[in-house]
Formats: sequence, C-alpha cells, structure tokens
Amino acid sequence: MTSGTVTDGAALREPHTPDSRLGHGADYLHAEHTLRSWFFTTDHKRIALLYLASITAFFVIGAVTAGLVRLALVVPNGQVFTNDTYNKLFTIHGVVMVWFFLIPSIPATFGNFLIPLMIGARDLAFPKLNLASWYVFMTGAFFTLVSVVLGGVDTGWTFYTPLSTAFSNTWVVPALIGVTIVGFSSILTGLNFVVTIHTMRAPGMTWFRLPIFVWTHYATSLIFLLATPVITVALILLIAERAFHIGVFDPAYGGDPVLFQHLFWFYSHPAVYIMVLPGMGVISEIVPAFAQKKLFGYKFVAYAAIGLASVTFFVWGHHMFVNGQSDFASVAFSVLSFAVAVPSAVKVYNWTATIHKGSLKLDTPMLYAMGYIGLFVLGGLTGLYLATLAINQHVHATYFVVAHFHYIMVGGTVLAFLGGLHFWWPKITGRMYIEAWGRISAFLIFIGFNVTFFPQFILGYLGMPRRYHVYPPEFQFLNILSSAGSTILAVGYIFPMVYLVYSIWFGKRAQANPWDARGLEWTVPSPPPAHNFLTEPVAPKVPYDYPIQARETGRQHS
Amino acid sequence: MNPTDLALQLWPAAASATAVETDWLILAFTVLTLLLTVPVFVAITWFAIRYRQGEEADRSHGNTRSVLIEISWMLIPFLLTLIFFVWGARLFFISKQVPGDAMVVEAIGRQWMWKFQHPTGQSEINDLHLPIGQPIKIRMISQDVIHNLYLPALRMQMATLPDRYTEMWFKADRTGSYRLYCSEYCGTDHSKMDGNLTLMTQADYAAWLQNAGAQQGGQAGAGRAIYESYGCGTCHDPGAKVRAPSLAGLYGSEVKLADGRTVTADETYLRDKILNPNRQKLAADYKQVMPAFRNVIPNDDLDRLVSYLKSGRATAQQDASP
Repeated sequence: MTSGTVTDGAALREPHTPDSRLGHGADYLHAEHTLRSWFFTTDHKRIALLYLASITAFFVIGAVTAGLVRLALVVPNGQVFTNDTYNKLFTIHGVVMVWFFLIPSIPATFGNFLIPLMIGARDLAFPKLNLASWYVFMTGAFFTLVSVVLGGVDTGWTFYTPLSTAFSNTWVVPALIGVTIVGFSSILTGLNFVVTIHTMRAPGMTWFRLPIFVWTHYATSLIFLLATPVITVALILLIAERAFHIGVFDPAYGGDPVLFQHLFWFYSHPAVYIMVLPGMGVISEIVPAFAQKKLFGYKFVAYAAIGLASVTFFVWGHHMFVNGQSDFASVAFSVLSFAVAVPSAVKVYNWTATIHKGSLKLDTPMLYAMGYIGLFVLGGLTGLYLATLAINQHVHATYFVVAHFHYIMVGGTVLAFLGGLHFWWPKITGRMYIEAWGRISAFLIFIGFNVTFFPQFILGYLGMPRRYHVYPPEFQFLNILSSAGSTILAVGYIFPMVYLVYSIWFGKRAQANPWDARGLEWTVPSPPPAHNFLTEPVAPKVPYDYPIQARETGRQHS
Repeated sequence: MNPTDLALQLWPAAASATAVETDWLILAFTVLTLLLTVPVFVAITWFAIRYRQGEEADRSHGNTRSVLIEISWMLIPFLLTLIFFVWGARLFFISKQVPGDAMVVEAIGRQWMWKFQHPTGQSEINDLHLPIGQPIKIRMISQDVIHNLYLPALRMQMATLPDRYTEMWFKADRTGSYRLYCSEYCGTDHSKMDGNLTLMTQADYAAWLQNAGAQQGGQAGAGRAIYESYGCGTCHDPGAKVRAPSLAGLYGSEVKLADGRTVTADETYLRDKILNPNRQKLAADYKQVMPAFRNVIPNDDLDRLVSYLKSGRATAQQDASP
C-alpha cells in the first residue's frame, strides 16, 4: 500500500489523520460516528445510504397504501372505505411510489454509491451538490407528506386538469409543490452524474471500458436533465391555475385541458426509462458475474441504453390515443412506440446469450435477475399491445394498463433494485446475508407478483376500468385472486427487510469480492475505505473480463 | 345475457364486427408474443440447468458473428410486430370514418352521471338503449372534468372534454345487455359513473322509444342520479359529516323556521331552498351553510330533483343506502 496516494485527498480535509487509521477499519461506515457526520457528509457512499433509508421508508408507505387498495377491492360494492378514502389511497400510492421511490430508487442509491467506484474516482464531481440534492429531495417529501397528513389528495398521480385545478376539494397544492421540488433533486443528481462520468474516469477508463451500469446511468441522467424541467413548468402552471385562476388548462378560463396531458407525458413517459434504464444496468452487472462470462454484445447493449433514452422522448402521445389528440398524431406515436421494441430486444437477447455456455451460480441476485428478464419481457410486449391503436381503444385506462406498468415497474425496477441490493449488499455493509432466506424471498416475490398482477391483464381485457372502488360483481373472483397474490408479495418484501437488517450486526463479514465479480468496485475492501481507493485504480483492458469469453467477430473493443 | 350472471368471466362479450376483429388482433398478437418469449424463457431455464456451475458441459466458443446476430434480433421481431401496428391502425381509421347515415345520439358526461339524448328527443340517465344493424354516432361533451365513455362490448372508448365535442361511432350486431363505464378518473364517485348499454333490434328500439321507456322510471328516477351528482347527500344523508336537515318525508310536511314562522314544504319551497337558500326560510336549529344553486343547476335537472324529493322515495333510498 502506498499511503501517499491515500492521503492525497484526505490530507486536504483531515490534516491530522493518524497513519495508523488508514487502511485499518477506517472504512466509510466507521470513519466517523456522529449524527453530524451522516447528515452533513459529502461522501457519495454515505449520501447513498441516506437515500436508501429515505426511499425504503417511502416504499413502505407506498406498499401499505397498495395493500389497503387491494383490501378494498376484495368486495365489489366498495364497503371497506368511502369512495373518497379509496381515491386518496391510490393517489398516495401512485405519487409516493413514482416520485419518492421508483425515480430515485436505483440512481440515487446504487448510482451514487457505485459510479465513482466503478469509474475509479474518489467521489462525484460535486459532493456538496450531491448532499444538497438529498436535502432538496427531503424538502419535497416534506410538502407531500404534509398534504397527506392534512387530509390527502384525490386527483390520482396524473393530476389531470380540470379535476386537479378546479374540482378537487383536497390538498392538491402542497402535493404539487412537493413533486415540483423533488424534480430539482433529480436534475441535480443527473447533472452530477453527467459531469462525473465525463471528467472523473480513472486513467485508462475509456468510454468502452465502462460497465453498462455506468452507461445506463449516463442515459438516465440525460433524461433527468432534459425531461424534468418540462414537468416542473407544467406543475408550476398547475399550481398557478389552482391558486390564482391563471387560465392555462381549465377551459373555464380559456385554457386547454389536453395541453396538460401533453406536458405531463412529455416528462412522464421518459420517466418510465428513468425507472427502467438503471434496472437494466443492474441486470447487466449481475448476469455476467453469475455466469462468469463476458457480457455478450457489450457495445450494442451500451448503445441500446442511449437509443432508449432518445426514442423515449418521441412516444408520449401513446398515452392519449383516446383523449382527443389528432388521429394523425396517434398513428405517428403508435409506430414510434413500436420502435422502442428494438433497443429493448437488444438488451434481453444479449442477457440470454450471456448465460449461454456460462458457468452459472444461481444465488439470490441471479434469481432476481432471471425473474426480472421474464417479467420485463412480458411487461414490454404488453406495452406493444397498448401501442396498437385498435387494442388501445379497448384497454386504455383499464386494468390491462395497470398490469402492464406494474410488470415494468415492479417486475422490472423493483426486482432489479432488490437484485442490486443483494448483489452489492456485501460491498455496502461489509456483511453477508443468509443466502437461503434470500432465495426464498426471491421466489416468494416472483410468485406473489405474478398472482397479483397477471389476473389484472384479464380484468382489463374484460373491461374493468382502473381507479374503480365499486365494480361489477363478475370481476370479483379475479380481484380476490389479485389481492391474495399481494399478500404473498408482501411477505416477500418483509423478509429482506428483516434478514438484511439482521446481517448488518450479525452477518458473516464479507470479503472484498464475494461473488468473484469483475469491476473496480470489487477491487476495494468491503465496505470501501472513506476515500474509495487505497491505490491508484487500474482500468481493465476489457470490460467484463470474466474467465469465459465468447469470441465475437465483426468488431473489437477499444 | 345479463352481465351479472357470471361470477367468473374470462372473455368479454363482443357485440360488433369491429369488436370481433379487435379480439382476433389481440389473439394473433398473443401468438406472436408467445413465439418471441417462450424461446427466451425456455433458453434461460435450460441454460440455467445445463450450464450450472459444476455441471460438465461444453463451454467452448467458436467465432460468433455477433454483428449479424445483433442486427437480426433487433430487426426481425420489430418487423413482425409492425404487422400489428398496420392492422391496429387500419381498424383505428375505420373507427374514425363515420358513415353518412349514422344515427346521432348526444351524450353529456358530468360528475357523476351520463345523460344520453336520442335523436327523437327522449333522454335517459346512465343507461343507453340502442338499435343494432344501424351505424350510430355518439357526439359527446363534458360539463365539468374530463370523462371517458367506455363501451367494452364494442371495444370502444372516447374521452369527453369540457371544451369541445368528441365522437365515436359503431355498428352493433348482437342484442343484449352490456356494461358502460366512465374510464377516465373524474373524482369521488368515478366508479359509480356506470350503467347498462342495451342493444335491441330496430323494432324493439322503436317500441321502447314509443313507450317512453326512455323516461327510465320517470322524472323521479332520474332525480336520484341528480341528487347524487350534485353531492346533496354529502350533507343531507343521515350520518353525513355536515349536519343538515334530513330530506326524507320533507315534502308536504310543516317546517319550523328559524324566525319562528312555520311553512309547508311545497314545491316552491323546495325550489327556493335549492336555488337560493340564503334568502330566508332557514329551518330552525340549523346554520346557514348550504351553497346557492342558482345558475348552477339547469332547469331540467331542477325539475327532476324536485320530483325525486316529492316522490317520497328519498326516504326508502336513504334508509337503504349504506
């Protein structure tokens, strides 16, 4: 160990660090112990944990409200809650899950923790901005929680006008302020990632030596930067209209209600890829590690991430085929939406080809990854059904849509998040969880998820509209099945919360590289030292330098 | 067939040729989906077993023509799915070309009821009776927020907007009773904004129009829907949060007013109280909190609402409601 390189950065901040602390237990978790050292930290790893704790709390709120929604739907006559309470429950579920869990989930935790480690940097480019983005996030969360405590919101997470501006009698404005503020935290995080990936790569870490995880986060950051300002503008106009009757969307004041939908989906469709792309990055790390084989088609997978992030800006109109947009626009948005299938297929087929002739270990992260591929494929292809104009005229705004986007967001993002959590848990905490429990919960989540959401495809095709508290009795059987599945899913979620927390104190200590994986993050001790690298990181000549390599001709790595 | 007959349904009834073709479209798309996904699922499972660590297996790789492979699995599934884009777009365009001889039905959506008006002038609330074998165009608008008229048996829906007319057309070919819904979330009682679509032969439809079935239980029956849509029950139903006088059995009774007078609750009294509750005539022991409905409730609705309150059904309905 050369202590000189370690202290380069450390010396600036902590001139009196005794040599004996360096490399001995001075990992980022134990470097300092005060509350102040957590809440005012600029260490990307600690900020990642602040985010992890916050989004886990929001996940619990979102999951409990989802459970209450499923409880209400066990009976068709809406006797469990009043209609208003039910409407508030699904609104809180949607708002919290989308803006306070799914969007920050993987980027703000794993992205924050891993991007500097993966590219061989000491921190993100703007550590203070990184901390500020967490405070901005919590400020937005505060406003949204205030609206819930005061009595809730009943507009649905989509805030369609003029319901949200002129007709709802609930706490819409604080909720909108909260969501608007959270957007700024996304923008700051995206900016930080883009600058970091451009300027802070270790010597020799060229673009085509970066892990796919970094590529997908780069693509995600571009969406953060380019799409989020649009929703910010739209939400501010919404607040202005509700509070000051400035006519933008409400026809009573000369506005156009469909304009809001255009602005909303111009952000919210790309936001789907904010949720999906980081998950694809996680899966692209897990699959090669557990197949011990180089990722198949590396460059295609990398370009596919950028491709998805680009195409996604041109498909927002597919949410509005029956909402009064022009027929020509509908046809154009339909065919453009089919184009999304191209980069998505690249990802799935390349993961499958990576498994081919590998040497597979079916540990917990790999089980999540395999579950992810199956559910993402189904979610993606049902997305094409919805992009088909004639089918959309029937299943728009039914449970078919609900099932489709839960396959993408739970089957995709949540499974990738849990897979990533299990994969990098030893690195983050320095502890191993109990493998058997990990596998059991992965199975429970996969089974529970499918029992919950597959019946909803059928319900939707039968014509059950979404956001219905009272529904016709012929739909009851499938609704009970779906609610039963959600209890299995709930058990699957509770298990990891218990055994992962347990492992922090009682788990076996983790080695630097427990999965025999490649990538710079596995070259540092677990948990990593406060300043990441003890020696100057050396970029590998080839990304995913695993023992098994398919000889791919027709192109070469730089 | 009555839609409530079945506890478990797996395929929705189709009442038009377009609905049947939409079903074929989704079935054919499902076949393609299976062709594209089953190999992936089988491959992942097979590889997981065959190449599990410690299993003896041939792991040697020849030269893989990866560019060729990548291009083919990018383009082949895409081109196959485009067939369904074209098919779906064709059906969509047919659904936008309204035939010249279509019968025009007007629909108005509002929180939380549908009102339909037939070309011969009859109107009905929440339920819609239509003839088969005849192109029908529904021209619709909303009085408040965005709603969406959804007729699953015809595989059709269209938003009703507050600022302009939208339309949908279809030609049904199977009689029966089917559901109709509002599918765009529109506030508190969104899930109660549904009703029945009854498709009848042209002769039955003509007879139904004649027999004033369109009145749907008369003015009073429609009045109940209006009572709900204006949220009267939020304050006036027994057990409501805001304490307001019960309307059960009000009509014809003697009402003691706050200024000591006693009046008979006749039709004029009901009208005055709805349109301008602030004027006077405040019932004893109550505070003035009710908003005025002058310029809010149209005259035809007010007639129905008063009929409903007069009918005495307010008692039975309110006792029955949870």
